[in-house]
Order: sequence, then C-alpha cells, then structure tokens
Amino acid sequence: MVVLSEAARYLPAMTGPRLDRRDHALLSGANGPAAALAMEILVALAYAVDAPHFIDVERAHIDGCLYHGEAGLDFATRLVALGARVTIPTTLNVSSLDLLHPDRFRGDPATARAARALMDAYVEMGCQPTWTCAPYQSPDRPLFGQHIAWAESNAIVFANSVIGARTDRYGDFSDICAAITGRVPYAGFHRTERRRGDVAFDLAGVKGSLLGSDVLYPVLGHLAGRECGTAVPVFSGLPPNADEDRLKALGAAAASSGAVALFHAVGITPEATTLDDALHGTPPARTIEVTMADLRAARDDLSSMSDGSLIAVSLGTPHFSVTEFETFASLIGGRTFAPAIDVWVNTSRAVLDQVRASGILESCQNAGARIITDTCNYITPILRRRDGIVMTSSAKWAYYAPGNIGVDVAFGSLTDCVESAVAGTVVRDPELWSD
Amino acid sequence: MIDGQPLFAGTAEGMALILDAPLSFWGGIDPSTGRIVDVRHPQHGQSVTDRILIMPTGRGSSSSSTILAEATRLRTAPAAIIVAVADPVLVVGAIVADRLYGIRVPIIRADVAGHIADGERVRVHSDGRVVLVC
Repeated sequence: MVVLSEAARYLPAMTGPRLDRRDHALLSGANGPAAALAMEILVALAYAVDAPHFIDVERAHIDGCLYHGEAGLDFATRLVALGARVTIPTTLNVSSLDLLHPDRFRGDPATARAARALMDAYVEMGCQPTWTCAPYQSPDRPLFGQHIAWAESNAIVFANSVIGARTDRYGDFSDICAAITGRVPYAGFHRTERRRGDVAFDLAGVKGSLLGSDVLYPVLGHLAGRECGTAVPVFSGLPPNADEDRLKALGAAAASSGAVALFHAVGITPEATTLDDALHGTPPARTIEVTMADLRAARDDLSSMSDGSLIAVSLGTPHFSVTEFETFASLIGGRTFAPAIDVWVNTSRAVLDQVRASGILESCQNAGARIITDTCNYITPILRRRDGIVMTSSAKWAYYAPGNIGVDVAFGSLTDCVESAVAGTVVRDPELWSD
Repeated sequence: MIDGQPLFAGTAEGMALILDAPLSFWGGIDPSTGRIVDVRHPQHGQSVTDRILIMPTGRGSSSSSTILAEATRLRTAPAAIIVAVADPVLVVGAIVADRLYGIRVPIIRADVAGHIADGERVRVHSDGRVVLVC
C-alpha cells in the first residue's frame, strides 16, 4: 500500500513528485518506521520545491546536531526510538559543546546535558563524530559532480563551488532524512540550470597587492552576499593561484551576508573554465565592477566598532585548516601574545591531530593560543570576557558574533590579528586598502 | 476568497498579521514568547502566536525549521502561515512539529496582497482556500 504524505492527500490539483519503486517502499515502511517518517518529510519538501522526482545522494553532512531547543532533541530521539540508521557516509557539523575541553563551556548545565544528548543521538544513528563545519578539509570528501545532501551554509557553498559536487541548501531535519533514506528531491542546486552564474563581479579595478592578499576574500564574499541574496555570483579577475583557504573564506562570508550556495571564480573553480562557461553561454543578469571604495566599505561594515580595548582574538570560522595553522605559526614567529588578550582558534579534531603531530600546535600554544574543537566560540558561551573588542579575520564570525554573543568586533587580516594579539591593542595595516 | 496552494495542508482561523518584509524564524522569533525579536524587522516586537502570519517568504537560516517546531511545542507558533513564495524550511518545520506534537501549522502559498488587511479575521482551508471571516 502506498502511504501518501499528508500534504499529498489534499493536493489533487498539484503535480507531486514522481515516486519510483524504492521511494514507495521507503514510504510504506519496508525499510523501517524511521525511514518511512524521513521519506514522508522529504515528500512534503519535494512539493514545496516543485521537484519532479527524487535522486540518490552519496553523502550527507548534518547540521541538526547543534542544539537550538528541545524540538531538535525530540526529533532526534524519536528517530533513534524508531531505529533510524544512516545509509550513506554522514559527517556531523559543529555541536554546542567542546567535548575535548568540556571545562570551556560557560552556559547552563541543563542546556549542556540536552546538547550532549542531541550529539549522542546523531552518533547512535551512525553519523561520524567529526564535529566540524569544514568537512571538506578531510581527505575523504565529495567528488566533482557527485550529488550530496549537505547542511551548514559554508560547507554547502564550498562543496558546490570549489569541489563541484551538487547539494541544495539542506538544514535541520531535512539533512538527517536524506542521510537515512539516501534520497532527496531533484531541485535547486542539484539541477544544472540552477548552477548558472547570475551576477558577474569584475575585479579589474582592484589593485594587485590586495588581490594577492588573504584579507580580500572574506571582504569580497561579504560584498557579494549582500548584492546576491540567493543568486549565483561569478568573479572574474581573481588570481589563478587562489587557494582553498581563500575560497573557503569567500564562500563562508557570502553565505552569511547573503544566502549564496554557489559561486564561480573564472579560471579557478571547476564549473568556470571561462566566464561564458560559468554563465552557461547567456548574458549575466547584472555586472558589478568592484572598486577599491566598495571593498573598503564592505571591510568597514564587518567591524562593529574600532575604539575601546581589545580583549580577544578569534580565528578559525570556518574551522582552521592545517595550512592556516602553518601560516599562523609563521606570523607569530616565536613571539608571545599580550597576557590580557585571549587568542582562540576554532578547529576540528582531525586538524588538531595533524598539527599536534607536526609540532605546529605546540608553537601556537607556546605563544598563548587556546584551541577549541567540536564547536565554535560564536554559537556557544565560551569567551571568558565580552566587555570589549574581539578581533577576527573571519567575515562570518564578524557577521554573527555581535548578535549571538554580544561582543564588539574588529575585522582584520590574519597578520593584523597576530600583530594585535602581540601588541595587546588593535593594529591594522591600512596600506593594502588605499587606491 | 483567494485560492492558494497548501504546502502543508490543514485548517486554521485567526487574526491576520501582515509582515512587510521576509522573516527568518532563527534569530527572528523567540520561541519562548512568540515575539519578533529581529530588531531590523519592521514588525519587531509583535507576537506571531495564534495569528495567520502573512509574509512574502521566509528568509535566511535553515535552522528556522527547528525554531518553528520549537514554537509549536511551546504553543507560541502562528495558527497558519501564508507565503507568496514557497519556503521549504518552514514546511519541514511544520511537518516535523505535527509528527512530534500533533499540532498542525498549515502553510499556504498564496498572494493575498490587497485582499486581506492586518488584523482581519481569516480562515485557512485544507484545500488552500483563504477566506475572510465576517
């Protein structure tokens, strides 16, 4: 017997998704009650996104393990009780707790217990306890053209743009339903036509020294996100050697100030060999010639204030990579941070193991750096003080931290952050930003 | 009467609350009170509880699904949501809340601009019809 979704029962006039034999089997409970519930939710989602049918996905990344209230825990607990197991390789995003450094959590113990129960429920369903927002920094990552179901906005934009895998914007509940069933509605960024570039950004007016600097990328991403919303930006004029850490910063910023799920960088990302390639041979909806003045304004927008005293520096949003740790250590150059400044670095367990083995971790810790794993210090109470300015090189952190944890933010390059941490006061190099 | 499409079908009745801008439930609604807490939103401070919430579409974070489910659990959710552009994040939140707590927050895709004024009493039918109640 075919069990239609509740929505489907009321929808004689709407064309619903075409379901194949496996989809019907999932819905009817042949794969267990948890898979039936998951498929029912996905069918409702398919109606909302006008999907013609379902497709297989080969991997999932789950954001639902971050605690936002009892409803999230109730859902995960229900799935576990129904015997849910993921059927595809599934990684877990950051949670609310740093399990390696539990004493860092400064919130309500009852919330911590609920957050821990949520984490345990997802692990019980067979998800890998990766606890990172940068699952793409693992050697075992999706491949070009692979359909996946990823949640977490920065991971989505990286997978689509830099790897060329295909994921729509999944999130709480839909992510685990995809992981349990291995099926998703064929919609959004799974479809070739949605991957066409919309807004062309021409960087010919940006000076070479800034184009060669890390700090350009989060600022450009912040600017593009505000201009694009859900549209797809195409960047022309970025240097061909722009590495993955730079593209990670660009995407994370664009997915914070906007809802960008895919960007193209001409000559760099896999679906943008040429501008025409990125635009699928059609003219862009809009072309924006980026000026130095635009970039200065976007940079300034990322700082909530610039006087007052510096209390902390926060790095690693998204999670710091091995190469970012190496750059950080070389910028420190054997110096130590000012004692009044807490320097936080958010990273994953996997990266932590690598930098510990190479000795880089020790040199950062000798300077005074404090490491956070499994979570991030803007989504959970970890900071020891909030009564001053926190400096960051992350546009995503700068965008969310003032609202989430009530701190003032000064945005700067990684070099600025290190120099400020050593000096104990905000230090920024204005030279890069002049005309 | 307006013919809408039920994205998550159900019946509901309540006073219309018309939002002038899209709203992200995550960061936009406090589920413990049902109030709009996004200070940049034009309807900041209003309560969505038991209202027929009418807005252009949802916005932003996919964590809005959990916030709608959490508001439903705490009985602070809208009675129904009418959007001009389908919002999959809210549909997922509504169906999960129904399965967990047995409370339906119907979601209708309909363009009601000019047909319904803020504060008017509105009934939503399971076939997607939106009707003014005199």
